Amino acid sequence: MTFVPGKMSKVMDTQNCFHCGLDIIKEEEIIFDARNFCCNGCKTVYEIFSLNDLTCYYDFEKSPGATPQDINGKYDFLDNESIVSKILEFQENSTAIISLNIPHIHCSSCIWILENLQRLQKGISTSQVNFPEKRVRITFNPEVVSIKTIVYLLSSIGYEPYISLENYETGTNNVDRSLTYKLGVAFFCFGNIMLLSFPEYFEVKEFWLDQYRGFFRWLIFALSLPSFFYSASGYYVSAYKSIKTKMLNIDIPIALGIVVMFVRSTFDIVMDYGSGFFDSLTGLIFFMLLGKMFQIKTYSFLSFERDFKSYFPIAITKINSDLSEESVAIYEVEKGDRLLIRNQELIPVDGILISEKAEIDYSFVTGEAIPITKKSGDKVFAGGKQIGKVIEMEVLHSVSQSYLTQLWSNDVFQKNVEQKHKTITDSISRYFTPILLLIAFAGFGYWIFIDANTAFNVFTAVLIVACPCALALTAPFTFGNVLRILGKQKFYLKNALVIEQLAKVDTIVFDKTGTITTNKKSNISYEGDTLSDENLLLIKNVLRASNHPLSRMLYDYLPIPILQNKSAIDTKKLKVDAFEEITGKGIQAQIFGYQIQIGSAAFVDKIEENNIQQTSVHIKINDVYYGKFIFNNQYREGLEELFKNLSSKYQIKVLSGDNEGERATLEQLLPKGTELIFNQKPEQKLEFIKNLQDKGKNVMMVGDGLNDAGALAQSNVGISISENVNVFSPACDAILDASEFQKLNYFLKLSKNSITTIKMSFALSLLYNVVGLSFAITGNLLPLVAAIIMPLSTITIVSFVTVMSSYYANIK
Amino acid sequence: MSVIYLLISISIIVAIGFFIAFIRAVKTGQYDDDYTPSVRMLFDDELIQSKAKKPKTKSSTTL
Repeated sequence: MTFVPGKMSKVMDTQNCFHCGLDIIKEEEIIFDARNFCCNGCKTVYEIFSLNDLTCYYDFEKSPGATPQDINGKYDFLDNESIVSKILEFQENSTAIISLNIPHIHCSSCIWILENLQRLQKGISTSQVNFPEKRVRITFNPEVVSIKTIVYLLSSIGYEPYISLENYETGTNNVDRSLTYKLGVAFFCFGNIMLLSFPEYFEVKEFWLDQYRGFFRWLIFALSLPSFFYSASGYYVSAYKSIKTKMLNIDIPIALGIVVMFVRSTFDIVMDYGSGFFDSLTGLIFFMLLGKMFQIKTYSFLSFERDFKSYFPIAITKINSDLSEESVAIYEVEKGDRLLIRNQELIPVDGILISEKAEIDYSFVTGEAIPITKKSGDKVFAGGKQIGKVIEMEVLHSVSQSYLTQLWSNDVFQKNVEQKHKTITDSISRYFTPILLLIAFAGFGYWIFIDANTAFNVFTAVLIVACPCALALTAPFTFGNVLRILGKQKFYLKNALVIEQLAKVDTIVFDKTGTITTNKKSNISYEGDTLSDENLLLIKNVLRASNHPLSRMLYDYLPIPILQNKSAIDTKKLKVDAFEEITGKGIQAQIFGYQIQIGSAAFVDKIEENNIQQTSVHIKINDVYYGKFIFNNQYREGLEELFKNLSSKYQIKVLSGDNEGERATLEQLLPKGTELIFNQKPEQKLEFIKNLQDKGKNVMMVGDGLNDAGALAQSNVGISISENVNVFSPACDAILDASEFQKLNYFLKLSKNSITTIKMSFALSLLYNVVGLSFAITGNLLPLVAAIIMPLSTITIVSFVTVMSSYYANIK
Repeated sequence: MSVIYLLISISIIVAIGFFIAFIRAVKTGQYDDDYTPSVRMLFDDELIQSKAKKPKTKSSTTL
């Protein structure tokens, strides 16, 4: 085969790793078994699979894998018996069950490989994946294999489990399935009663039908009991509660309708007046429960209740006075303890740094991706992530008393959010219930002078017909549909109430760092003497060896220079000879005979003239200073347009925990009148929202880090922006995938429109009520009429709201 | 004549039987995850197939 350089390299450039699908960097490519891999890790995973005859993994999905991370020492706490017993679901001599959360689960290949774990590891008997929850449940024999081995195995094949402090506390969680039971019971009763009611509908005067009428009726009565007493029980409870709190909600007329319907139907059967309305009664209960079910759209793989516990590790390495190391549970850490924090480990408590230097990434807390350098004796706060070498620190506060975790002792987190708001159906039923009762009594009062029996019939018929079945179904079906539409567009709402709240919002507060800026990309500019292509190539090669976030960003930013043929550097032989990364300073390397220094101003002996707050990386080659790369905040795409559109309808404010360095840029970018507030601590953000609310505003907070958690909880709607929805988001009402940020205006519009839809269908269902009431008040309500009106109104209302909300979703 | 009592009773008992089956299915968590089983079902063939064919099947999935 002849070697055609240009062509070949083109093919190479577009090649992806067989295992993980990432682009392969030409110099690092590994070819194994006639397949191309981007790194050794990916190759190893492939090797494991092919040795165990598990290469089917690659058949279901193209490049399904993830590169295994280095986890040395990270799971040492799994040797600690007491911690292990807390996270196990079940434990006996030779059987144990553990449920592990694995964020990487994303395709059918994942399910396949994780359900075949027993072929990779002796001692595992079965493993079962729950895909929507991204969990795997492993049954294993603890005498043969330890949890630590399993966790290491999972990590080695790229499925590192996510074990956090949360697992430590909750253990097993009970799923509430009562609604499913109720729905099942309601459907069972409804279906059978419908069948048994047919003879009554036709009222054929046939001998044998008359003969068995009593039998059929009592059977129907018996079948309605479970539905009436069990399935509908939620409505009685809710109605009772709302009377007690003197807030008339929609459940009162519903419960009233159901009870009256049952009493009158029973009365009819006992007195042999007719067959009663048991079919409508059970049908009504079934449809309303169905609506409830439809409204509950759970994103079980997401968590809306996350607090610091989801991110904090279960255990940490403590250094005893005799210098021995020991894994201890986080809650046992006390003031004065000495802790050992490894690379990529989270600092769980506030403390003082003992080691000489540390680089701490506070992106969890603030959304800022660029790590902060700390020196020995500096205070380090909980929530930071150590990057680089192992550090030692001394504990100042226990977990619950740390700077970050104290935020959770604020009252906002104790409140039950559901009770904060009144729903649109409830506010309508405030008028509906009294009017309904008025009509019922008026009808009764009128007929009582003519015929006492009819008066009784009319009174009950009014309550039965007016039972706001359609009204109660409107909101669940509209919101259920909108929830699904939004979920498809990666905007996940906690529940249907959030839609109503979104429609009421008049003030929007944005966090700056990580919310309107992205920490994935940085806007990099260069200042200084021009760098030649050769120099750029050298810098890029040196950067590749560094794991520092700034190096990674700069590496991605620099183009691959195309060298002239007569270049002094032979690209093939480019190899970094000596490489040293000095924490908090920079990197120093020898490459192709060049001495290259990349790092802070002090590192390259450069004296900074002015002290504007900016992040920069300086370049020095062979002791000659060239210049610096400046990292500016990169604002999210479409930000300007989004703010322009929003500012016409909403008041916009930007809160930031940072200094005022970016004020000028922001003022230029954002529409006039946008309030910018800097230097805000987490509690201050919370207070800010509270003040706005005291002024009568409905505030929506858009944030991302744990430092926004208080503000998110305090606001009417808290939206958390997340680059990776599976892994990180603080407690909130809604989670928005960062890539859909510019659609925020559309989401707000859609929620407003869905309220309009509900109002329209309320009008429609009131129309049905008027028709039904005119039958009822004149004393003509036959079981057949009731049986027709009831489902007819339900079906038209449900289809109306579904069509309308889908229509609104399509107008951009 | 009274066969109708018998027939209706039988039909109700059958219905109750199915109802109990439903309750048990919910109780064992079969409705908790409605996605994974649909995928898992397709794997049963794959396992046997992969045992049958030797690991040396390189050409099938070259990029």
